[in-house]
Amino acid sequence: MSAEFRLPVGGRIDRAKPVRFTFDGKSYEGFAGDTLASALIANGVHLVGRSFKYHRPRGILTAGSEEPNALVGVGRDEAHYTPNLRATQVEITDGMVAESQNRWPSLAFDVGAVNDGLGRFLPAGFYYKTFMWPAGAWAKFYEPVIRRAAGLGRAPQAADTDRYTQRYAHCEVLVVGAGPAGLAAALAASETGVRVILCDEQAEFGGSLLHERDTVIDGRDAEAWVAEAVATLCSRENVRLLTRTTAFGYYPHNLVGLAERVTDHLAAPGSDLPRERLWQVRAREVVIAAGSIERPLVFPENDRPGVMMAEAARIYANRFGAKPGNRAVVFTASDSAYRAALDLKAAGVEIAAIADLRPDPTGAVVERARADGIRVLPGTSVQGTSGRLRIRSASLGAVVGGATETVPCDLLLMSGGFTPTLSLFSQSRGKMAWDEALEAYVPSVSVERERSVGACRGIYGLAEVLADGHAAGVAAAGKGASDGAARRFTVDAEELGHSGHRGITPHRRDASRVKAFVDFQNDVTAKDVKLATQEGFRSIEHVKRYTTTGMATDQGRTSNINALAIVSDALGKSVPEVGLTTFRPPYTPTTFALFAGQARGELFDPVRTTPIHDWAAEHGAVFEDVGIWKRARYFPEGGEDMHEAVARECRAVRESVGIFDGSTLGKIEVVGRDAAEFMNRMYTNAWAKLEPGRLRYGVMLREDGFVMDDGVVGRMAPDRFHVTTTTGGAPRVLNHMEDYLQTEWPDLEVWLTSTTEQWAVIAVQGPKARQVLEPLVEGIDLSREAMPHMSVRTGHICGVPTRLFRVSFTGELGFEVNVPANYGRAVWDAIFAAGQPHGITPYGTETMHVLRAEKGYIIVGQETDGTNTPDDVGLGWAVGKAKRDFVGKRSLARPQMQRPDRKQMVGLLTSDPATVLEEGAQIVADPNAPLPMKALGHVTSSYASSVVGRSIAIGMVAGGRGRIGETLHVPMPGGAIAVDVVEPVFFDKEGERIHG
Amino acid sequence: MQKFSGLSLFAKAFSSHKGWEPQWRSPEPKAAYDVVIVGAGGHGLATAYYLAKEHGITNVAVIEKGWLGGGNTGRNTTIIRSNYLFEESAALYDHAVKLWEGLSRDLNYNVMYSPRGVLMLAHNVHDVQSFKRHVHANRIAGVDNEWLSAEECKAFCPPLNIAPGMRYPVLGGALQRRGGTARHDAVAWGYARAASARGVDIIQNCEVTAIRRGPDGAVQGVETSRGFIGAPKIGVVAAGNTSVVMAMAGVRMPLESYPLQALVSEPIKPVFPCVVMSNTIHAYISQSDKGELVIGAGTDAYTSYTQRGGLHIATHTLDAICELFPQFRRMRMLRNWGGIVDVTPDRSPILAKTPVAGLYVNCGWGTGGFKATPGSGNVFAHTIARDEPHPINAPFTIERFRDGVLIDEAAAAAVAH
Ligand SMILES: Cc1cc2nc3c(=O)[nH]c(=O)nc-3n(C[C@H](O)[C@H](O)[C@H](O)COP(=O)(O)OP(=O)(O)OC[C@H]3O[C@@H](n4cnc5c(N)ncnc54)[C@H](O)[C@@H]3O)c2cc1C
Repeated sequence: MSAEFRLPVGGRIDRAKPVRFTFDGKSYEGFAGDTLASALIANGVHLVGRSFKYHRPRGILTAGSEEPNALVGVGRDEAHYTPNLRATQVEITDGMVAESQNRWPSLAFDVGAVNDGLGRFLPAGFYYKTFMWPAGAWAKFYEPVIRRAAGLGRAPQAADTDRYTQRYAHCEVLVVGAGPAGLAAALAASETGVRVILCDEQAEFGGSLLHERDTVIDGRDAEAWVAEAVATLCSRENVRLLTRTTAFGYYPHNLVGLAERVTDHLAAPGSDLPRERLWQVRAREVVIAAGSIERPLVFPENDRPGVMMAEAARIYANRFGAKPGNRAVVFTASDSAYRAALDLKAAGVEIAAIADLRPDPTGAVVERARADGIRVLPGTSVQGTSGRLRIRSASLGAVVGGATETVPCDLLLMSGGFTPTLSLFSQSRGKMAWDEALEAYVPSVSVERERSVGACRGIYGLAEVLADGHAAGVAAAGKGASDGAARRFTVDAEELGHSGHRGITPHRRDASRVKAFVDFQNDVTAKDVKLATQEGFRSIEHVKRYTTTGMATDQGRTSNINALAIVSDALGKSVPEVGLTTFRPPYTPTTFALFAGQARGELFDPVRTTPIHDWAAEHGAVFEDVGIWKRARYFPEGGEDMHEAVARECRAVRESVGIFDGSTLGKIEVVGRDAAEFMNRMYTNAWAKLEPGRLRYGVMLREDGFVMDDGVVGRMAPDRFHVTTTTGGAPRVLNHMEDYLQTEWPDLEVWLTSTTEQWAVIAVQGPKARQVLEPLVEGIDLSREAMPHMSVRTGHICGVPTRLFRVSFTGELGFEVNVPANYGRAVWDAIFAAGQPHGITPYGTETMHVLRAEKGYIIVGQETDGTNTPDDVGLGWAVGKAKRDFVGKRSLARPQMQRPDRKQMVGLLTSDPATVLEEGAQIVADPNAPLPMKALGHVTSSYASSVVGRSIAIGMVAGGRGRIGETLHVPMPGGAIAVDVVEPVFFDKEGERIHG
Repeated sequence: MQKFSGLSLFAKAFSSHKGWEPQWRSPEPKAAYDVVIVGAGGHGLATAYYLAKEHGITNVAVIEKGWLGGGNTGRNTTIIRSNYLFEESAALYDHAVKLWEGLSRDLNYNVMYSPRGVLMLAHNVHDVQSFKRHVHANRIAGVDNEWLSAEECKAFCPPLNIAPGMRYPVLGGALQRRGGTARHDAVAWGYARAASARGVDIIQNCEVTAIRRGPDGAVQGVETSRGFIGAPKIGVVAAGNTSVVMAMAGVRMPLESYPLQALVSEPIKPVFPCVVMSNTIHAYISQSDKGELVIGAGTDAYTSYTQRGGLHIATHTLDAICELFPQFRRMRMLRNWGGIVDVTPDRSPILAKTPVAGLYVNCGWGTGGFKATPGSGNVFAHTIARDEPHPINAPFTIERFRDGVLIDEAAAAAVAH
């Protein structure tokens, strides 16, 4: 019943819990605790994918997140489909559906494999040298073909429905990696009572200890020691343990991003659980215990299914009870592969031979292998392999001369030694150094408050690793006395020598004809790397980019050092002289939606609404987005479209009264002894003489003299101004003010407070406005004489305190009722009710735009675009000529700002009153001029005005005021439209209504 | 220069590609050159190439502190378009697009210019107004740019979400069909190879540490980590480091340097046919020939030289990508990096003579200079060779900030990739 290659006993799988899954449509059984890779191996499946370029059959190479070959698509339906997952990390669940990628029509027979035969014509960078003829053919013809051939998996076809969440956490010590070093560090740090977070990308803590057989730590076997360590950590309240959690990015100031996979390993996750959780951890100290990765050997045909890292094979046998083959050849430059050979032999794998690159391997484990009857061939390398969908044999030959021997096998285990995992350290901007003795890059100078421990800094002996972790844990906690830091662990484990090999292994084949892979996934061979150096690519970054070595989804985890060695060889430079490519986040690929978290749909960006919003929604308003605000654009009645609704709303305001929600306007309270002086400096206008109780329209410039914002300002008291800004400009204006206040004029005694959210603003506009408000107001005389245009009074309305503005952005008699936001809705309701006898009409932003355009009032951001002076937009009168200084004054004095041919605001009337110009359309003198035409300006605002009875438009036109009376042209795709240039006021030119 | 072609590739295959020569020389620096270019990014290399090709000035060195193409040229998301608002900009960027069209053959290097269309999305009324203004302005400037409805956007880019209930619904978009992408490394390498073949020395791993000026104030050459190199004309093309290099000659630049980020997904089969940009919610996306989704993020709020940006910036962009393209939610980020961009107050570049005799500067491309590479190099070479600007770059002076004659592309687009 059980899978053919499942060992009868052993491993950390739960044999009581069988799990069924499918791979490429075929059903298999594994056990709880299996990864997809271990379950497939237990079923004798090694062919799992096709390579990127040559579509070569590929098997499972590793047992970890560094896997370059075994990439699969997993998902029961399209909404849950994820491409490019590493089978070595996917935990199987009942009913899981997995498929291989990058093959057509099937994994065993893939048409794309013709590329393999054409390999000699497709060396590194071939695409830079060809596909250039005929002109334009690249994008039309070649590129689509290349694109189809490239890519690995396929995108999901449907939107993911899972949830993702985010958490922020702080701790004294974050430990990344829970192998022996990380566990020891977490134990030591947490013992002091400081907050510790320990994370590991695997499903279980323990790292390499989970596949040790005869190792004893402090008298307990390795697995028991791990269990006890984890139990101890669990029992401490100051510890947070995160399995299946990858530290993917190391950001400035010890911010580390963790990706926790919460439900992928569950067959039927509860709906309350997110699929993944993003942790943003700010740690005082970080301990990196990320371990090391076994390095492949680069030999001819080293990529066939069945070629596997020696340590990975050991993991499959010891930890998963899965036998990776029946007959193995081992190819090594390091002792560790002997230990693997011995473990596999014990698991029933026949070890045909160990080919050791070293001329004279010695040491306990070597002797043990010999004693166990394993054939050890010193000074021998693999010359090549055979087998199409699975390795069938390896040919072995002495490094120096002699015959080769073909050894049948279904498994080839290789080990080129170990490479410390430096990704996170490098991301932290720590400096790496080449260690001659270890022949590896190791962490040298930390930049953050960080320390690396154990294998990731080249320490391998288990006792040393544990002691290293412990010491770092104590130091990171910062509590222990330095003498207490050392702790000895008694360890009984195999002692291994540490050596290795980098770059291509010696062989006697024609190097120009064989494929010896450096980067498995991207199909980069040793030849490709050498070709790059031959073509003058000398920086390792250039070689990487030209050959694409190290740019696959494993980011060169298994290939970087081999590529580096080949380059250093080819250039005759030492490895450190060649340098190392930069490690970039994330450590392993990280889900897009994890970053988005809850920021999705409605929550994508907060929605800002006014106190009147619900009323508007109930009354059928159509809203528009203005920044993050929702503003009512118009209130259609009975099937009206926007134009009909706006025409009706406009007429109501001009003929009777309208009500408008102005609450989104930015509001800033400017208070203090020097408030008037501050206003004088920030705005072009003069403020000193503005009396309390009066309003003034203010214009604010940037330092370069261009209009930045505008708004009506009320002087509430000698030392207090109620400033309003545009809706979108509020934060910008406050920042601008604060910037000047804090950096330029710290001597001024002024305080700025944003009050946008504190005031609801209800504009009541139209000839009947006073009649509507009068009965509701207490303590304010609204009469024309007592409260003229541009004045402000405080008092009560409907019993609520108010700052009542008499102001108009419509050209009609108008008031803006400011009341505390919480009363906004109640006051609005009361005004609306009081207005009923007058047919009070709610209007939206669109009507507001039309009404102000009829009067020629500008909207900053519509008439202006950051290149206009006040004079350009007809606001020269608002610039206090006599003022000593204000922001932008000096810039306004520049000759360019005075030129008569600057773009100036004018009105535009089409000869056909029904023609409404398109906003943004260009204005030219001669519509028949050839392209490129010289534009004189453009249309900034354009509407059909029901009140004026025709279309009206505003434009910015070069020398515009001097062109009043001229006819210009607006070229459109269907022909030019003639326009008369006029004064930009279309209604009540004398401006009398406002004083009504 | 060895000719690259399908035929030569085929022929070399039979000698196991032993016949390929280095694509550029790696000479020792000479004591002096007629022109020294500081910075071997795309713009610097292109400048050198056109100096040699169009002005016969071949005694040129391009000096690079790292490896050629390793700055923003090799870090950008390669969006190419020319539908800028102002005539001056449209002329400059369109000059580049015209050169892109023939660049592979001019350089004999496949730079993979792929005009598959750049679609800029409008999400609110203000966007619509602004993009329509662009469309109209571009039309009479002779630059292609067209307005698409939301449905037309969806037809052009099937993965796009145009559901009306989105937080920021797609109201339409401006499409430039000649816009697209190119392979950034190939641009640097192609120019390097072609310039080198014409005699230009490219000196890598050589940092300029000072600019020497004579008693008359004119430049005399540069001090470098490999010694003094004389030159009567120096062109500074150092992108994010321009302020630092120009300060060596005592010139203060109106620039701020910010980290700008990009990221790619794991490679997938073709699914994304064009380039989509959304300035309003900060997302820029295309799919590379290798299959990776190439995504541009925003700049940090603070100036910095660190070549990496904050996590929250990349996060914010992925929010937007997931909203606009919900089918990519389960895709995974493979690599994330940053570059330092040099930003001017009006978001338009500076391509000009400077107050120092013999010193020229090409900078301020900010978040969007890759697209301009050929055009910029072309007119900057003219400026250096003739000691006066080409009509196309004449408006792009340093003095415009003093005088207030801005070419304010910032007004229209918060970030102009
Ligand atoms: C993430 C990102 C995304 C982008 N996306 C796009 C996009 O989609 N479309 C687009 O058009 N543009 C984009 N850009 C902008 C674009 O990359 C740049 O504008 C353009 O590449 C600049 O080219 P360059 O040659 O001027 O600069 P670089 O390529 O940066 O070259 C400048 C060179 O000067 C060298 N240098 C500096 N100081 C010295 C010194 N003292 N001595 C010697 N050498 C020195 C540097 O090492 C560098 O190689 C993006 C930029 C970034 C960072």
